[in-house]
Amino acid sequence: MKKKKSITRAKWGYLFILPFFLCYFIFSFIPLLDTIRYSFYEYYRSGLKIVGPNFVGLKNYAGILGPDLFRYMGNTFILWILGFIPQIVIALVLAAWFSDSRLKIHGEGFFKVVIYLPNLIMASAFAMLFFTMFSTSGPINNLLMDFGIIKKKIDFMGSVGGTRTLICIMNFLMWFGNTSIMLMAAIMGISPDLFEAASIDGCNPLQAFFRITLPMIRPILSYTLIVSLIGGLQMFDVPQIFTNGQGNPDRTSYTLIMWLNNFLKAPDYGRAGALSVYLFIVSGILCFFVYQMMKDDDQDGSKKAAKKQKKLAKQLAKNA
Amino acid sequence: MKKENKIGNGVRGVVAHIVLIILSFMCLFFFYILIINATRSHADLQKGFSALPGNSLIKNFKAVANDGTFPMVRGILNSLIVSSLCAAICTYFSSLTAYGLYVYDFKLRKAAFTFIMAILVMPTQVTALGFLRLITNMGMYDSLLPLIVPSIASPAVFYFMHSYLQSSLPISLVEAARIDGSKEFQTFNRIVLPIMKPAIAVQAIFTFVGSWNNYFVPALVIQSKNKMTVPILIATLRGADYMNFDMGKIYMMISVAILPIILVYLFLSRYIIAGVTLGGVKE
Repeated sequence: MKKKKSITRAKWGYLFILPFFLCYFIFSFIPLLDTIRYSFYEYYRSGLKIVGPNFVGLKNYAGILGPDLFRYMGNTFILWILGFIPQIVIALVLAAWFSDSRLKIHGEGFFKVVIYLPNLIMASAFAMLFFTMFSTSGPINNLLMDFGIIKKKIDFMGSVGGTRTLICIMNFLMWFGNTSIMLMAAIMGISPDLFEAASIDGCNPLQAFFRITLPMIRPILSYTLIVSLIGGLQMFDVPQIFTNGQGNPDRTSYTLIMWLNNFLKAPDYGRAGALSVYLFIVSGILCFFVYQMMKDDDQDGSKKAAKKQKKLAKQLAKNA
Repeated sequence: MKKENKIGNGVRGVVAHIVLIILSFMCLFFFYILIINATRSHADLQKGFSALPGNSLIKNFKAVANDGTFPMVRGILNSLIVSSLCAAICTYFSSLTAYGLYVYDFKLRKAAFTFIMAILVMPTQVTALGFLRLITNMGMYDSLLPLIVPSIASPAVFYFMHSYLQSSLPISLVEAARIDGSKEFQTFNRIVLPIMKPAIAVQAIFTFVGSWNNYFVPALVIQSKNKMTVPILIATLRGADYMNFDMGKIYMMISVAILPIILVYLFLSRYIIAGVTLGGVKE
């Protein structure tokens, strides 16, 4: 009787998760297989003529594995890391300040609201805004001239350093608030007794930060790193709009996904497929790391996590 | 010693406030200029920088609203439709999936959960080629549907919902409902969904914003002007030879793309920031 009941309920379980899996199967899994399939074909448009589809084996993979790939990979990495380093440093500092009870920050709520704001801004509109503002006839140049800081207008987008720096500033502004708030939550999760005890033993704030805070939040730091790396791999909106899809000057801000986008628009399905498969493998490895972390998190600190969530749930309910 | 510490904290406090003010200035400065410039006329903008608003706000807005080349009003409408529907179906089906995996015990339960965790942060771009061909074959190319339907399967939202259920839905409540004769589906809709309201609200906001800002897939799928969403229109604007355009209008266009989200954020910021902590997964 009991067994029978659980069998009937199992049916409901499958039914409830069916839409998710059906949808994932149709819109992600089939496309993935199709993407892999096309990576083995020659299938592109040349002028008005469509070539293919002809099976060519690994030709697309070999064709893509050239200097262009490494160049765009390098660009993507540089644009990511130059935004990520200031982001994580500032986020750590802010998180430590916000969570330090001895340091009374006035208007903490206001600052949190402001630093998170850019995260919600449409990346493409933000890039368009930067492009307009930093153009030679834009307000930034006008402002610098008015104050007499510069004598001649600066062509920010004309130089490699200028373009890359502006892209990195945008990425930094869009993500540092988010990271700060996440790290702050992690620091708040550390038992205050630890800091108390250390303080009694004569530990100064700097020591507390390096000896207690940093080691305690290492898991969430590595999580942030990996997730940001995956985000960096997908970098598209900002450089695409900012440079109008050109990656100028001389393709130095051209990212991997911009390249993929170009293949898809051309269209050149064979090479788009091969590039997708490369990206899929890299993302798969990164996903595996994330999976490991999430799994560990559940086994070790499931109780603690549940408690934290309960607290948050209450807070959310109160806000509602 | 104690006194020294106090002074140390005082200095740290001053430094902290200065850094925070600088960062806040960086965050707000560009939007401030954007709003100011959206109120100035083209001729006024050519004269140079100004920190004070002009008087062409309404004129610029009318120019944007009446522009046939960049149908911004239509774009906002399309974006609103796509984002609202995405937020609605994404949160509903993610809750449903989370509930199914949380409450019921079945053979593939663990495998299903593991699978979703494995694809938690998988970029959608890697399957874009197959996706594009699939929707073309299904006759959904150049329609808003492929921007909405796939959001049924959102691993990150599922994960948030699942964590929330773990912390706020006792199984005994479901069992009590069953004893009272509530059917399984009814239990979910009438009892579980109301309990999940706070989580749904937070995720609905994030999904809405994510969909509102989404550019890569819509740009591949949408072709005709009257179906374009806001980010595609912004991209078209960037692609046009726009240096000859009315600059006041350009600033106004960027404003109407950005400001709706900022307005929503100002009202719901407390809510959103509380949600960031738990929904640590970026899409």
